[in-house]
Parts: sequence; C-alpha cells; structure tokens
Amino acid sequence: MSLDNKKVKEIAHLARLNIEDSDIEQATAELNNILSLMDKLGEIDTGDAEPMAHPLKMSQRLREDKVLEDDLSEEFQAIAPKTGKGHFLVPTVIE
Amino acid sequence: MTWETVIGLEIHSQLRTKSKIFSGASTAFGSKANTQACAVDLGFPGVLPVLNEEVVKMALRFGLSVDAAINKHSIFARKNYFYPDLPKGYQISQFEIPIVGQGSIEITLESGDNKTVGITRAHLEEDAGKSIHDLYDDYTAIDLNRAGTPLLEIVSEPDMSSAKEAVAYAKKIHALVQYIEICDGNMQEGSFRCDANVSVRKQGEELGTRSELKNINSFKFLEKAINIEVERQIDILEEGGSVVQETRLYDSIKNETRSMRSKEEANDYRYFPDPDLLPVVISDELLEEIKKELPELPTEKKIRFIDSLGLSSYDAEVLTSQKEMADYFENIIKQGADAKLSANWVMGDLSAALNKSQLEIVDSPISSGELFLLISRITDNTISGKIAKDVFKLMWDGKGTADEIIEKQGLKQMTDSSAIESIIDDVIENNPGQVQQFKDGNSKLLGFFIGQVMKASKGKANPKQVNEILNEKLS
Repeated sequence: MSLDNKKVKEIAHLARLNIEDSDIEQATAELNNILSLMDKLGEIDTGDAEPMAHPLKMSQRLREDKVLEDDLSEEFQAIAPKTGKGHFLVPTVIE
Repeated sequence: MTWETVIGLEIHSQLRTKSKIFSGASTAFGSKANTQACAVDLGFPGVLPVLNEEVVKMALRFGLSVDAAINKHSIFARKNYFYPDLPKGYQISQFEIPIVGQGSIEITLESGDNKTVGITRAHLEEDAGKSIHDLYDDYTAIDLNRAGTPLLEIVSEPDMSSAKEAVAYAKKIHALVQYIEICDGNMQEGSFRCDANVSVRKQGEELGTRSELKNINSFKFLEKAINIEVERQIDILEEGGSVVQETRLYDSIKNETRSMRSKEEANDYRYFPDPDLLPVVISDELLEEIKKELPELPTEKKIRFIDSLGLSSYDAEVLTSQKEMADYFENIIKQGADAKLSANWVMGDLSAALNKSQLEIVDSPISSGELFLLISRITDNTISGKIAKDVFKLMWDGKGTADEIIEKQGLKQMTDSSAIESIIDDVIENNPGQVQQFKDGNSKLLGFFIGQVMKASKGKANPKQVNEILNEKLS
C-alpha cells in the first residue's frame, strides 16, 4: 500500500494538520516508508489468530450509575479562551 | 415506470441513566449551561473513560426485546471529526462490533397488515454537546452539558417503502424504548431523534443514491420530510440528473430539505478501537438476569388483548402503542369493566379530550377508577351511552364523580315500562302521518320514532326498552 500527495493532503486536512505544499513530497515519502514496514506484517499468516482490540487480556470494568462529579464549571471556564454567560464561545460555525 | 421509495432509519435514543456513559456527571435535562460537564466530558488531558454499567444493561434490554443477536464481546471505537461541540476531537462509539447485532421488529401498517422490519444493529455511543448559533453575532456558543450522555443508536435495514411505514416503525421503537424503560421518549427535548436515509429507484432496479435527513423532531415532520425529499429526488432523476449522497436538514417552516454538507468531503471518520476502553464482555448470567427482568412487551401485550380480551387487532394496536395508555386501560378492566366498551371510551372520548387539551394520559383529570365508575353506570343501565358522553364532559370539567353528576342532574335512565309506554303513546298520537307510512312499509321511520321518544324523555329512556315497546305498538 502506498499513498500519493493528494491522499496525504486529504488526510492532513482531516487531521487538521497544516502541511505546506513544499513539504508534501517529503511527508508522502516518509509515510510510505512507514506503510512499507506495515506491509511486512502482512506477510505473516494470521489465519488462525483472533482479532485483537486491546493488548491487555482483560475486559472492561463497569461503574455504578451514580452522579459523582461536582459542578466545576467556574474553574473550567476560567481557563477557556473565551466565555459568555456560562457558554464557551468559539468562532462562528457556519453550516 | 413508477418510482419505489426505500427508507432506513437511524434512531438515537438517549438512555435514561443518572450519570453519563463514561463519567460521573449528571445527565439531568435543563440545567444551567456547562454545569454538568466534567473534566472527562470536556476531554481534558489525562482523563479516562469508565463505562456505566446501567448503559450496558439498557442496551441488552433493547437487544433482547427485538430478538437480536447479542455480541458478548463488543468494542468501543473512536470516530474522528472536528466540531466545537465535540471537545475530544472524536466521539466514542461502536463500529466493528456493536453490542446489539441483527434483530427485527413487527410493525402494523394502515391496512392492518403486519410487516417485519429488520434491525441491522444497535450500538452505544456518547452524545455531543450543543452548538447555539443565534445567541451571538460573532461567536457560536457551546454548552457541553449533553456531551457524554449515553445514546443507543438503533439502525434499521432499508425495509420501509413509504413515509407512513417509516413513521409506523419509528412509533413502534418509540413505544418499545419506553416500555422497557430505557428512554423517556421526549422528542421535544431531543431524547429520541430520527434520521432518515431516503432513496428512490425504479421498480426492480438496484438501490439509488441516498440522502440522509436530519433535524426531525416529531413523527409528523418525519412523514413530511420523507415525502418532500422523495419528490425532490424523483424530480431530479426525471430531469436526467443524479442525486448526490449528502446530509440534508429538514426545515419544518418552509417544508423543504436543504443540503447541510457534502459527505463526500469528510466521510472518512478513521475509526479505530479506543485504547482507553477494554472490550465489553457480557456474561451468560447477566444476560439471563436481564431476560428475567424484561416487562411484557407491546407485541406480547397486543396479542394478549386480542386473545384474552377479544379486542380487534386495531384496538389492541392503538391501546398498546403507549405504555401509559395500556396501563390506564388495564386498570379499568381489572375492576371488572367490559373490555370492548372500555376500549371505546379510552380510544374515543378520553383520547379526544386529552388531545384537545394537549395532555398526556398520565395527566388526565379523569382517573382510570373514575372512568370505570362511569362505564359501569352504562352497563348496569343507570344511564345510556349517549347520556354518559354528557356526564363525561362534566367529569372532565371537574363537576364531580359520575354518580354525583347523575344524581345532581337527574340523568338516571328511565326504565319504568309504563312511563316509557305513555311517552310512546303520545308520540304515536301526535304523528299519525308517519304511523301510516310506517305501516305501509317504510321501516326506516322507526328511527324517527325512537328519536322523538328519546327527545321527549330528554334522552333518559332506556333505548332498548323504547325499541321493544315501539315495535310492539306499531306492529
């Protein structure tokens, strides 16, 4: 598997990474290097192996349905770039 | 060539837990903005999600109610996208292995026929916060109280072929989630939200390109939105164009759908298993325990109403469409009232009065016990069904119990044969022309005589006796 410049640009956009046009060539080459290492893994026969979702052989612990959190909104708002009347404010989102 | 509509629904139902799916913050609706958003909900660095056990149980209740395959081993995944009301930059959802697999549910169509709708899957996920666009000119305001509220997303197969069928399915799921007490079903508050995937095709052809309709917050709008979207797609195709796969918002004021954003650009959510969450494992014991706790489901209740109470399929469907209505009806029956008569009262006068006052049945000013009393006064011949309607109106207006009103207004039915007979004699004497016509074979006039007698008795004569005596006297 390998990527072209266009695909790398798309992925950068999805991840909100700002890659200059002059750097795309290098980014694509580096990513393709990593992908070729992944291809090595593909050579292993995994027909009998069960898919793994997590490296730990444990299952999810569950929490009792109880309200435990206090209202810390003032502390959280104090470190936000902009707030108003209890809301976090962000640049206008146009739909 | 006729067009065929294909509809699948994605229903997000908020699970009615006390705390959020991955944090101990409260899920109560209507609190001051951001006072219920804790560090986990805000996506602070270093926090870890811990799964709420009640959420898992609720998903299993749903799965068992729709005969679904339960995945005893399910995985949470990250769905990556950027939006201000999603602080982490990803939504924790389930992708490859949802907790509830393939199931199905039966819906009743307008024709009275049943249809089975497939349920593809139901998965657990967290809700996002709320963006408020109209509070400021230069900013969007964000309230993250809703962020992290547990959702069960129920995905149907594209099995519905009209807006009406889609509504019937949505209503069925709506009733079910309330029966099994996993969701309050409040559509105004957004606890139950429907997105519709709509496409059209010529009969027998492959599936057409679909659009996804969002922003639908009532069953009425669901029907309207689908119908208007189907029209739009057919117009495009008949003019030789092609439908674009996209998300469209329904505008209920203009009754139109509008393109929201093209899915082609950002449809890559780059799902991957969330490393912060281990696989969820469901034990046989837990599953067994939940199976035992399940209440009687709407379909089971409907069958019981038909089989043991002798109700029609239609009546049973209406009465079981809402748990509260079924409970109200059953309270009347338990006290010994006639099932069919009680069904008529609950679905007729009571439902009409509730609708008119925009009340839910739990807020009815007439309790099931009070309505039982009224119904039993009809069956014991104290009053006629017609007078009962007037008594009902007075009861609704808080003028007293059925017995009090009957007593106070002197509405007791006249069952004294000689008194009825004398009224009938008067009517016959005063209408010689009609009597002659009746005797000449115009049997339709019997209704006229009954009407006159009822009028003269102010509606209090027992209709059955009137009928008998009249027939006797006129023959």
